[in-house]
Amino acid sequence: MARILHHSRRAFVKYIILTLLALLYLVPLYALTLAAFRPGRDLLRYGITLKTLIPTDLHISTFKGLYTIRDGIYITWFGNSLLLMLLQTSLALFLSSFVAYGLSLYHFKGRKVVTTLVIFLMLVPIQILILPLYKLMITVKLIDTFWGVFLPMIVSPFAIFFFKQYIDGVPRDLIDAGRVDGLNEYAIFFRIVVPIMPPAFSAMAIFMSMQSWNNFLWPLIVLRTGEKFTLPIGLNTLLTPYGNNYDLLIIGALAATLPIIIVFIFFQRYFIAGLTSGGVKG
Amino acid sequence: MTRKQTLGSAKIAPYVFILPFIASFLIFYLYPIISTVIMGFQQVYPGQVEFIGLENYRKLDNPEFKVALKNSFRYTVYTIALLIPIPLLLSVWLNSGNRAINTVYRSVLYIPSLVSIVVAGTIMRLLFASSDKSFINTLAIAVGVEPRQWLLGGSHQAMILLLILALWRWVGVNIIYFLSGLQAIPDELYEAADIDGASPSQKLWRITIPLLKNTTIFVTTISIFGGFAMFEESFILWAGKPSPNNVGLTIVGHLYNKGFQEGEMGMASAIGIVLLIIVFSLSISFLKLFGFFEAEGRR
Repeated sequence: MARILHHSRRAFVKYIILTLLALLYLVPLYALTLAAFRPGRDLLRYGITLKTLIPTDLHISTFKGLYTIRDGIYITWFGNSLLLMLLQTSLALFLSSFVAYGLSLYHFKGRKVVTTLVIFLMLVPIQILILPLYKLMITVKLIDTFWGVFLPMIVSPFAIFFFKQYIDGVPRDLIDAGRVDGLNEYAIFFRIVVPIMPPAFSAMAIFMSMQSWNNFLWPLIVLRTGEKFTLPIGLNTLLTPYGNNYDLLIIGALAATLPIIIVFIFFQRYFIAGLTSGGVKG
Repeated sequence: MTRKQTLGSAKIAPYVFILPFIASFLIFYLYPIISTVIMGFQQVYPGQVEFIGLENYRKLDNPEFKVALKNSFRYTVYTIALLIPIPLLLSVWLNSGNRAINTVYRSVLYIPSLVSIVVAGTIMRLLFASSDKSFINTLAIAVGVEPRQWLLGGSHQAMILLLILALWRWVGVNIIYFLSGLQAIPDELYEAADIDGASPSQKLWRITIPLLKNTTIFVTTISIFGGFAMFEESFILWAGKPSPNNVGLTIVGHLYNKGFQEGEMGMASAIGIVLLIIVFSLSISFLKLFGFFEAEGRR
């Protein structure tokens, strides 16, 4: 009996701490949500105060700013982010799974070297490469273009590794059956392997879309003109508090964040699969 | 024409499959790395370059770079010290009890990692505003601490702010890693420990932590990377401007300033090479230390 009481007291303390922590973790997003319903310039004087966390004096009309402030440039940024995300993710899914198939299925000369290289490249921080990549983009005249933003990202070592692990688990009989039916090597990939990969594609698609949506440093360097900015780059230019910058910054920040959170709520397990199946267990 | 010579043959096909990777590797990795190494020995002016040997590396012996190095190093050490034990403990908690409730907590803690750094940094700037009335200073006053100027107050405050931001964003991600590690531990081990009358803390120290070794190594390695590569956080917190006395300056921040603001490509490349060497030697020696390269340690 004492032991059970001890147990439940332990569980009680655990959930109290977890609840407090969870509430604390929600404060920033809660504060952002409320702030979005008020004039952004209110924040200039004191920042977010305890008082602003009380949900009173909220006006939905602030959101008009999304398409009125600066002739609706926010809509352009949103569209750019969306377009880049779709382009980058679909190309990266296709190319990375294509490579992964080659690495998984064939015993060719150099396979080991290439596989090691893939793993090794996952460890190279992109920050080191931005300078020469930037020079390269100037040489090939891709500065201030979407191509410049996503081309260096479309063959992702992480995605290759992830897909290779998945394809490693595909029964070889299935592939041999394709050969027996007279399919060539590419037809086997497209007609037999791709159709059984949706779970892997979904996990990576979500993972990569989110990375593309939030990508900051590289687009910051490549993009120059306001009409080509993605959301993070555009929002970053609003950080200097003048004019109605803060009005757009706050509603814009919320409008950039909500879609991902909604997607997360519906597709949680894919997020988690994208994070974990690529690597370690235990 | 025999089938062997066509692109569709099983001899040639593998190379066609890996071609996108090879092309991308040569263009977007190998070329930039070689180019960085070369530029590190050059003075790069628009339209002309001059080899200056190790001069760029000699010039790294300056107060700004030392501050950047120190900040990145401190940030990495502190984030590891916080972002391993806290998520580990939380994941142990979230691994037992009611599954549905645990999922809610896990999701709430994970959501901040979905938020763009620009948005996260903006909110933090506002929550940690300098006025006495800001969220954080009101709390500080309530518990009897002096209100502070978090962004402008000095290196101590700046580091605390950066660490709070890191905690907010990454605790949830590391919890996911540790949870996936925990799920690989067989229940029988805990059942056996229960029969032997082991206490929860004994189970934690004798079973959970040793068996999470690989996960911990993995999380530490990515933390070393993330720590030394940190730039965006301080870039946003100080709104793209230099922080007072460089309290938020990091190695990558220094690289960015030199390369993109001051046009000192050679110097910036030297900084990049130093960063690459630091990160690689640290993580490789760390992985070696824990026997990750032995066949037995790998999974």
